[in-house]
Amino acid sequence: MMALSKKMLERDPSDIEMLLPWHAAGTLNARDARRVEEALARDPELARQHAVIREEYAETINLNETLGAPSARAMQKLFAAIDAEPERKASVLSKLSARFSGFFASLSPRTLAWSASLGALALLLQAGVIGAVLMKNQGSTFQTASLSMNDPLTRDLGAGAASAPPRALVRFAEDAKVSEINALLASYQASIVDARGGLFRLQFGDRAMSKDEVASLMSKLQGEKIVNLAVAAN
Amino acid sequence: MQVLYGRHQVRVFRFGLRLVRDEQIAEDLISEVFLDVWRQAGKFEGRSAVSTWLLAITRFKALSALRRRKDAELEDEAANAIEDTSDNPEVAVTKKNTGDALRKCLTALSAEHREIIDLVYYHEKSVEEVAEIVGIPENTVKTRLFYARKKLAELLKAAGVERGWP
Repeated sequence: MMALSKKMLERDPSDIEMLLPWHAAGTLNARDARRVEEALARDPELARQHAVIREEYAETINLNETLGAPSARAMQKLFAAIDAEPERKASVLSKLSARFSGFFASLSPRTLAWSASLGALALLLQAGVIGAVLMKNQGSTFQTASLSMNDPLTRDLGAGAASAPPRALVRFAEDAKVSEINALLASYQASIVDARGGLFRLQFGDRAMSKDEVASLMSKLQGEKIVNLAVAAN
Repeated sequence: MQVLYGRHQVRVFRFGLRLVRDEQIAEDLISEVFLDVWRQAGKFEGRSAVSTWLLAITRFKALSALRRRKDAELEDEAANAIEDTSDNPEVAVTKKNTGDALRKCLTALSAEHREIIDLVYYHEKSVEEVAEIVGIPENTVKTRLFYARKKLAELLKAAGVERGWP
């Protein structure tokens, strides 16, 4: 097996092989994702490499999440510099506003749904998130985003606070149906906290779990047919 | 601007920090990046995601900051091949913990390799977006990531960690 792997590295990697990291990250278009899925199903060596990539993927997120955040000094410096800038022409400011408004509008459909229908939020959110991610997996250009406009975009994968119910980042299989995802959520007493880039942040139950319990939960979850990736998260 | 800053500051900071490896410089970088955004907002045409635009500016500023640094080992040519000598994975890594080993070896990669791995895995950038941020052809993006992963595997192997690939 090792010799076979070494051979794989000695020759030029195939196009499919080079796409594996994007498949693990869920950022391939529908056509390429399908090509990779088909190749993974028929090539165990490729599937083994894919498993290794998923480890790299999770640890890269973990590593980046340990880097902390900038201090208030950076923001103060920025806004002091902006205050010192010469006055902007109205047209430029309105262009800026329009561009970023447009960006946020396109980025956060769920946020818009939130403000439009607070009453039905709990129900709609779950269905909306599932639909949005499934749409993305099927090649739509639709992107999900955090509900809070002010929260920084981060990708916590670390262990949760001991007193909080466990959470995990989960990526569902491309062909997972909404009904299957709903059934899985129900069987694990899980709820969707948010979703981004094809990853769901799920919360399990309403009580804290020990490290071993969380590890066992992740392992069970990872074994589910419709789950491609499950890692403990905050 | 406050909303934009609030939403993207952490990721911009982390991307910059992974490139320059100095918190002070990384903090200065994000102020410069968002000030540039403020000044150049009229040039943003919405063809790519704002995060892609921000990361491209951050990368440019990080490389400029590295060039400005007086430390001999961080001169122009070295900027693309930074090794973390303080964290020798061979010494620091135990075979039992692949996660720890992976994180140490990810830190020990060259700036060029760290950058591409972070953009794909952490910042969730597509092949096209990475090409736009780094300024290289899409095929080069794919091969560069493959060889970054190969280098990572070599570092792990040197640290005594076998993962079954390569």
